[in-house]
Amino acid sequence: MYSKEVMEHFMHPRNVGELADADAVGEVGNPVCGDIMWIYIKVKGDRLADVKFKTLGCAAAIATSSKVTELAKGMTIDEALELSNKQIVESLGGLPPVKVHCSVLAVDGLKEAIYDYLKKNGRPVSEKLVREHERINSEKCETGEHSHNGK
Amino acid sequence: MDNKRIYLDHAATTPVAKEVFEAMLPYFSERYGNASSLHSFGQEAKDALEESRERIAKRMNSGAEEIIFTSGGTESNNLALKGIAARKGKGHIITSKIEHASILAPCRELVNQGFSVTYLDVDEYGLVDPGDVAGALREDTILVSIGHANNEVGTVQDIGEIGKITREKGVLLHTDACQSFTKEELDVKKQCLDLVSINAHKIHGPKGVGALYIREGVKIIPQSQGGEHEKNIRAGTENVAGIVGFAKAAEITGGKQVGYMKGLRDQLIKGVLSGVEGVRLNGHPEKRLCNNANYGFEGIEGEALLLRLDMRGVACSTGSACSSRSLMPSHVLLALGLKPEECHGSLRATLGMENTKEEIDYAIQAIKEEVSNLRGISPFWKRKQ
Ligand SMILES: Cc1ncc(COP(=O)(O)O)c(C=O)c1O
Ligand code: FES
Repeated sequence: MYSKEVMEHFMHPRNVGELADADAVGEVGNPVCGDIMWIYIKVKGDRLADVKFKTLGCAAAIATSSKVTELAKGMTIDEALELSNKQIVESLGGLPPVKVHCSVLAVDGLKEAIYDYLKKNGRPVSEKLVREHERINSEKCETGEHSHNGK
Repeated sequence: MDNKRIYLDHAATTPVAKEVFEAMLPYFSERYGNASSLHSFGQEAKDALEESRERIAKRMNSGAEEIIFTSGGTESNNLALKGIAARKGKGHIITSKIEHASILAPCRELVNQGFSVTYLDVDEYGLVDPGDVAGALREDTILVSIGHANNEVGTVQDIGEIGKITREKGVLLHTDACQSFTKEELDVKKQCLDLVSINAHKIHGPKGVGALYIREGVKIIPQSQGGEHEKNIRAGTENVAGIVGFAKAAEITGGKQVGYMKGLRDQLIKGVLSGVEGVRLNGHPEKRLCNNANYGFEGIEGEALLLRLDMRGVACSTGSACSSRSLMPSHVLLALGLKPEECHGSLRATLGMENTKEEIDYAIQAIKEEVSNLRGISPFWKRKQ
């Protein structure tokens, strides 16, 4: 069902964890199946010096979050904002059609982290990013937040 | 044991037992006759067919002539529901919210045709309250269909109690016994059953063979037309080799194996519940199939867990939304009252008579480790203080 690359990233995800000194974090949830991704970024100058993630979701969700952090790490903010879910899917050797939404979530998580960073630091946010932010929030999963914590 | 594969998905299907395979073999290229033919080739097949029918009947205390062979559980369920509905023409059907798709889909179709269907709730363990069946009966109720044991959570219904009620009211009772056949008591007389669906591949028989018990005197409209096979109820040349295998499987399963599987099941349930935090058992603590364990793990997703376990050779299944095409969680878990996020981390392990204690130990260890690994990636898992 999954490509070799997806399975490889799923079994050995890169950049797992929280960044203690993160500059920003993007928290996104999937309204369809109820999955959650948190993407942490550390910015130095204009570049993403470090990117980490935590994901509650299927193999595709874990693999795409791993891939997005791997690709984004070292990119400038502008470059990272250009990353598309299509690129993620392609670099993972494809995804089953029902799993493409997981890659959208990964890219959205990164965008949200960058949005959060720009806002916090009083830096200009492009109109396009504002629109993306609004879309992501209108789609956001509402059930996961309180219930997935392992009380 | 690292290269070994451990199959814990017997609710999906089982390996064909050696004895079953051997019993079937002659019926492919030696005794290959058509059971409807008058010559000796045909009669050999006919004899095998009728002998098999008797053996299967014995396992549910029915008459041989009350057994109709089909292509499996799906066909048996369709035939029971649509066949009775067609016979009655109109009316009301009672079923439950946790039935197999091969019950729920025909029910939806019958609703389109003008029948009305009541889907009974179940309690948090998956039990149908027989009192609810009594309460839902109407003047125009033509059929009650309640599965004997659930394929996902393994809950076993008090089918005999339900049978008392339906028999007293003169309403037909059908039960889908695909998961329980040879594992739980099945006695069509004692339990007052009118129609029973069973199949072979859940009991170490071949895929594509099943049967429908239809109590003597119960009239049903065939759902496929053609020759005069199976008392004119189910046309089509009988799958003799498959049916011989089915009968053999019915004969060699059950008995002592049930106690053996219960032991392994309890080991599997206890091992995981005591070794992992943030886990629940889905289904009933006691009224449960001898081979079913179904867990809900907090903070992780079932498909991911299933695939991680598969990489370690342990084959299970899940009711998580991510694992289904519709991206909807299992309708069974939802009916038990689980919230969608509680269905998320579900894992079903269903064992079989060929599993060993060592395999279960290995599986428990793999589950513990992979749950912990995935929680290490999850944003919603913090170790308890
Ligand atoms: C409870 C139940 N009913 C019906 C079926 C369908 O049977 P079959 O696969 O033989 O069509 C299954 C299994 O697939 C089942 O578990
Ligand atoms: S996270 Fe649910 S389908 Fe991928």
